[in-house]
Amino acid sequence: MPILEKKPINPHPAFRPADPRAAVKKRSTYGEPLVWLTSVGLSAGLLMVVALLAVVFVNGLTVFWPKPVAAVTLSPNAKDSVGGAKSFAGTVIKHQKKITHAAVIPGQKSSDAPYEWQFYIGNKDLYGLGYKYIDNADIVGMSRPKDIIVIERLEYGNAIGRAVSLVEDDGSVVAAEHASFGNRFSAKVRTANERRAEIKVIEKSKIGRVNARMRELTLQSQELEKQVKGLPKHRQNDPELSHERKSIEHEERGLQEEYDQLAAKARALREVQNASTLKYRLLSGQEKDLPIGQVVSFYYPNQLSLVQKIGHFFHSFWRFLAEEPREANTEGGIFPAIFGTFVMTLMMSLAVTPFGVIAAIYLREYAKQGIWVRMVRIAVNNLAGVPSIVFGVFGLGFFVYFVGGTMDKIFFNSALPTPTFGTGGILWAALTLALMTVPVVIVATEESLAAVPRGVREGSLACGASKWQTIRRVVLPAAAPGIMTGFILAMARGAGEVAPLMMVGVVKLAPTLPLDTVVPFVHLERKFMHLGFHIYDLGFQSPDSEAAKPMVFATTLVLILLILALNLTAVRVRQNLRRKYALSAV
Amino acid sequence: MPSQLYNDEEITMTDTQIGSHINAEAPRSKAQAHDAFPKADTSPDIALIQARNFNFFYGKQQALFDISLDIPERKVTAFIGPSGCGKSTILRSINRMNDLIEGVSHGGDITIGGTSIYDPQLEVIGLRRRVGMVFQKSNPFPKSIYENVVYGLRVAGENRKARLDEVVEQSLKSSALWDEVKDRLQESALALSGGQMQRLCIARAIANEPDVLLMDEPCSALDPIATAKIEELIYQLKRDFTIVIVTHNMQQAARVSDKTAFFYLGKLIEFNNTKAMFISPTKKQTEDYITGRFG
Ligand SMILES: Nc1ncnc2c1ncn2[C@@H]1O[C@H](COP(=O)(O)OP(=O)(O)O)[C@@H](O)[C@H]1O
Ligand SMILES: [Mg+2]
Repeated sequence: MPILEKKPINPHPAFRPADPRAAVKKRSTYGEPLVWLTSVGLSAGLLMVVALLAVVFVNGLTVFWPKPVAAVTLSPNAKDSVGGAKSFAGTVIKHQKKITHAAVIPGQKSSDAPYEWQFYIGNKDLYGLGYKYIDNADIVGMSRPKDIIVIERLEYGNAIGRAVSLVEDDGSVVAAEHASFGNRFSAKVRTANERRAEIKVIEKSKIGRVNARMRELTLQSQELEKQVKGLPKHRQNDPELSHERKSIEHEERGLQEEYDQLAAKARALREVQNASTLKYRLLSGQEKDLPIGQVVSFYYPNQLSLVQKIGHFFHSFWRFLAEEPREANTEGGIFPAIFGTFVMTLMMSLAVTPFGVIAAIYLREYAKQGIWVRMVRIAVNNLAGVPSIVFGVFGLGFFVYFVGGTMDKIFFNSALPTPTFGTGGILWAALTLALMTVPVVIVATEESLAAVPRGVREGSLACGASKWQTIRRVVLPAAAPGIMTGFILAMARGAGEVAPLMMVGVVKLAPTLPLDTVVPFVHLERKFMHLGFHIYDLGFQSPDSEAAKPMVFATTLVLILLILALNLTAVRVRQNLRRKYALSAV
Repeated sequence: MPSQLYNDEEITMTDTQIGSHINAEAPRSKAQAHDAFPKADTSPDIALIQARNFNFFYGKQQALFDISLDIPERKVTAFIGPSGCGKSTILRSINRMNDLIEGVSHGGDITIGGTSIYDPQLEVIGLRRRVGMVFQKSNPFPKSIYENVVYGLRVAGENRKARLDEVVEQSLKSSALWDEVKDRLQESALALSGGQMQRLCIARAIANEPDVLLMDEPCSALDPIATAKIEELIYQLKRDFTIVIVTHNMQQAARVSDKTAFFYLGKLIEFNNTKAMFISPTKKQTEDYITGRFG
């Protein structure tokens, strides 16, 4: 084969750098910096969201993780003491450089600055405070004795100390060192909890039902008396009237009897609750008796294995979800708030969707598109920017005072001056939030209606369908996923809202749920608890802010999880709708 | 390149298939043309739809000028002409589909069986039930095949199952779709192929038992095989329906229609029996158009 002659490389002038130095300079494509900027923007946003969620998750979940308890001894000449004693047991919350207001002395190294510890010491009945800061310099000893017990009580939070003995109802005493102590104590606590649940059933449901019926009867008899007064003299002693009066009285007497019986039963159960007591000792040596009825649970924090810790974690998380709050909401669970949020959000979404969809159908399908409709659209969009508290005030004035007040006058006249619907309640709260979120639904629905292809509408009309039939049978199903998007957005916005609720029915502590077993089961006029308000109340209105802090995180976590669960459910529904009604890509 | 060859082969193959179906070659010149009208119907015309000096305006812009023509009963009438000449506008006027557009107005009249479509006594819904329509882009509803077919009956208030079942079978058989879908009537119509969807739309239109069937370029989005099927279907359907079809495919007009109307710039230039028109057009514009000199 002939060897090819090597030609000198002589590139086309266009590919030849005019100036050799210019070749070194890198070319950058126009627009690249903007791409970079957008990605930075996205990452910054994501980072903030992730950080916020991480803070909430970590702080919210660690609340339920059992932490070891240290036995601390203070030096005899320390200024500080805990309940007058120099030794105590507590969980370490923080170990930090001491925050002083004294001027920083120049030349002093920051490592010389004094340290301090924050402990959770419990025993609020004896110490007055649940949390305490101690100077590092005052501490002379810290250990983790295995026999420290943490007892969760109905009142005053946790007791932390050492168990001494169990005094049973028959007077027999089991010392803490005895092998059977642990089992006996847990058996006692278990029966006490069961009995407490029984008492609750009696007092809440059974007595509640009797009371509700009693109230009805009172109103009935009031009504009757009013009627009687209106009658002419000779008819006032009508046998029929007196018969009715008698039957009311008879039923009242029956109810009273039933009530007495139930109350007696509850009283008896309560007495048994406190028959046995636990004797425990603080680290200072002080001894104390605790009736078993007061004990919710107990554990030995320094003895737990990992499996036990995990068990404890899930158990206490479950109790947080399922129980009612205690001690000004700083102890116990948040069940009523979860339930209230759930019911209110659902009611709100169910109210806002038809309302918004109907408005959007009119705007998009029927109204003549022109300046007027454009103005309405702008107004609707701007409604989304009105501060939510304004909606709260509007809800109070319109729903509560005007609509509720009128309803009271017409339907619940006999109960006045006690308002029934003329005061904040879950219905008004749901409607107020529905009003607030309606722009979201209108905008989303309008967009999805506009996206329904013209061909499908024309196809329907060409089959002899009327305009309304076309909308109902073809357009709305095709727009359903978009409407669902509006529903989801409205739900997310409404579920996290607090400010307007404070005016229209949310309370710190509601004695009853909006749904229960008392006829008519759904009580739309009742006040309710809400997770968002619960967070605000714990964080800013609590007498013991330190005690409330873990609850704030845990409650926030639950609120986020609840909204997430609601949204995921709605997203699932939307996916199903999409699959069912998706207009193919033809 | 081999793939190129393969493509050519495929096209040739489909052409043969069309040929076997329609039994005619597309007319390429006037000399060949008379082979292309195997199914032309020469029975006397009985006018069903009559347009009289019909003018149509989109706002101020006039789209139709003084159209007068008689569309015969139970025959296929094709509207041809270059894009934008008003074929769709006149077609959509017949079932008053243009009413949906804002700012339209008309002059003159269109009658069906002697009754004006603008008669105040006549409900537009009733008119559309008598005049079915098939669109260029098939538009099945996001419902089952069954529900698509019975849609017209349902909106008219018919809910008896036996009657609906009967109509579904009849309509799907008439639209040559029954054998392909009879086992999956409850499945979504959106899972069908393009040609099947278009035949479903035809089934939907004929389920109402209309007198007239309007078709606006029903095959323009379909492949040759599906097109051939629809064309065969049109031939079957003209026994029962008066069909008006818009097409800008000259061969198609020649293959399926009995009469052809040529529109240009909103005016009706020529209207005649298809065969006559394709063999000896009387107007220069028509000849230029059908021989492919413009359009
Ligand atoms: N919705 C409409 N609004 C205004 N002008 C229209 C509308 N539809 C069609 N036109 C106009 O009317 C004329 C005829 O259109 P069309 O009947 O659709 O033509 P073809 O179907 O023959 O292609 C065109 O000039 C077109 O621009
Ligand atoms: Mg057209």
